Amino acid sequence: MTLLAVLDHDRGKLAEASLETLTSARALAAQMGTDLHAVLLGADAEALAGQAEAGGAAVVHVAQHEVLVDYGPEAWGAAVAELAGSVGALAVTATGTDRGNEVLAQVAARMDLPFVANCTEINTGANDGGAWSLTRTQWGGSLLEDATLDAPVKIVSYGHHAIEAAPADEPGAGEVRTFTPALDGSLARTVVTDRVVLSQGVTLATAPVVVSGGRGVGSEEGFAILDELAAELGGVVGCSRAVTNNGWRPHKDQVGQTGTRIAPEIYIATGISGAIQHWVGAMASKKILAINTDPEANMVSKADYAVIGDLHEIVPAITEEIRRRRG
Amino acid sequence: MALNIAVCVKRVPAPGAKINVTADEQSVDAAHLGFTTSPHEECAVEAAVQLTEEHGGEVTVLTLGPGEAEEQLRYAASVGAHHFTLIPTDGTAWDPQRTAAALTQAITNSEAAGSPFDLVLFGNESADSGGFQVGVRVAHALGRPMVNGIKGIDVADNGFTARREIDAGFEVYEVPSPAVLGVKEGINLPRYPTMKGRLASKKAVVDTAEIDAAAGGQGKVRLHRPAEQASTTEVLGDSVEAVGAVVDILEELGVLS
Ligand SMILES: Cc1cc2nc3c(=O)[nH]c(=O)nc-3n(C[C@H](O)[C@H](O)[C@H](O)COP(=O)(O)OP(=O)(O)OC[C@H]3O[C@@H](n4cnc5c(N)ncnc54)[C@H](O)[C@@H]3O)c2cc1C
Ligand SMILES: Nc1ncnc2c1ncn2[C@@H]1O[C@H](COP(=O)(O)O)[C@@H](O)[C@H]1O
Repeated sequence: MTLLAVLDHDRGKLAEASLETLTSARALAAQMGTDLHAVLLGADAEALAGQAEAGGAAVVHVAQHEVLVDYGPEAWGAAVAELAGSVGALAVTATGTDRGNEVLAQVAARMDLPFVANCTEINTGANDGGAWSLTRTQWGGSLLEDATLDAPVKIVSYGHHAIEAAPADEPGAGEVRTFTPALDGSLARTVVTDRVVLSQGVTLATAPVVVSGGRGVGSEEGFAILDELAAELGGVVGCSRAVTNNGWRPHKDQVGQTGTRIAPEIYIATGISGAIQHWVGAMASKKILAINTDPEANMVSKADYAVIGDLHEIVPAITEEIRRRRG
Repeated sequence: MALNIAVCVKRVPAPGAKINVTADEQSVDAAHLGFTTSPHEECAVEAAVQLTEEHGGEVTVLTLGPGEAEEQLRYAASVGAHHFTLIPTDGTAWDPQRTAAALTQAITNSEAAGSPFDLVLFGNESADSGGFQVGVRVAHALGRPMVNGIKGIDVADNGFTARREIDAGFEVYEVPSPAVLGVKEGINLPRYPTMKGRLASKKAVVDTAEIDAAAGGQGKVRLHRPAEQASTTEVLGDSVEAVGAVVDILEELGVLS
């Protein structure tokens, strides 16, 4: 009787989200009254077994196969599906990152079972093999869905950042079991073949200050004043989808449901109305300052601070005031 | 080599400041909303059109949804897609397993009647229900390789080179044809319809494929909005006079140092 938690790593480095996986999986296993087993894929993951043990895993399965040289959604999914069968898992879980959801979808397709992505709460009920009740996100988190999951093996991911990673009260037994899944060599077709590393500076996702512009900025050139303010604050420039759709900024600058989720100390949103799909990307900001000509704009009513006015006047004046104070 | 490409797109409402739920809590209240193609899929259509413009070939767009989803197929026609299939539902949302089974059948039928697809494109996830799985299930049922989260596609010797964004850059996948890929917004900037495109969309022939499939194990109980944090906005002013107060706040937050 086990819950199987899939841990993600990149060539031997545990993904930060896997600490969340262990945290949510411990609670789920306790609710189910089962043991927690973790699975790591690829030879270079064996060294991570100690971290899984510390995270509460009673057993750590390490899959080794010549196909598992790097991440590959089909090979990972096939190996986990096989293991779920051989250990008689009652449930399989991971964190809903790009990879976590992709691998669980592969597992579910191979086992011909449902998969519920991005849960925020799970109630396993009487633990008699019957349906679970759960809550999951829709619309990137703007909406919640209460759902049921009826399946002999429950496959679920928790939303990334839906819970906070916490250390285990005590480690698990951490028995390491290496296994060789019966993978078809052809699954190498979706294994990563190469990586391109781009220069890394402060990214939108991690910047302490984000200065964003929306349709109200009016043009590509209009962003110069935002670039200046962001530079003054050691921050980065973001934007709304209206801006990327107009080709004024690249998509990597877009904040929102189909862009980047940000969590800066302060988010300065100028000329942005605050549509729900933008808001879900910005709501984790500690403080929000809206600059908008419309006092009724959603961004204004949801912000901590607002200046009602033309961004083309207000933004350069802020930059100037900062420079004046710095002398 | 000319390419035969299929793209699966979903019709979704386009809510503004808030998403409202209908009184029966079963769907988004779209009474006063427009509808659109889920954004990742809009980019998937653009990617398919660009690939066929470069290499020759044709693009087939499929959607499963209410009859009104014809609007999204005609939009795809206006930006350069060639063939269109609507799998009609009664307007209720189908679970991911049921959706995937019906789309698999539609693709199989289409290939049997015409020629096989070199590439089938999906969005990374649908904008509304966001199940992160329909494309993976269809690919598995068809026995084809699938990688999700793709932000770059090039034609390679025996298939496609696909790029996927990661924190520090991107991963490269070399998938043999026929392949399935899930596309993310940002792979391209979808074009707007031209006058010629609008005319083409009026003339486009939309095929209807009556296909049903068994319900899967995920059941919807109700939709509701997350609890909103109560917020009060401190208005600092309505002119450049307010910038002193703005910079005071930046100082307090310690972001000026
Ligand atoms: C499925 C889906 C996913 C989406 N994902 C995203 C996403 O990831 N990110 C995103 O941003 N959007 C997303 N959108 C689009 C979203 O719904 C809005 O259309 C978009 O956010 C609007 O951008 P905006 O606020 O810049 O433009 P608008 O809504 O047009 O707002 C412009 C604002 O600028 C103000 N303004 C105008 N002139 C000035 C001035 N001179 N000074 C100050 N203020 C001024 C106006 O009062 C107004 O409030 C998505 C939509 C859908 C359907
Ligand atoms: N009703 C539908 N009609 C056509 N394609 C769909 C439908 N639902 C989902 N898809 C496709 O499958 C992808 C993944 O959907 P999902 O599993 O719901 O996140 C979407 O981005 C679409 O490309």
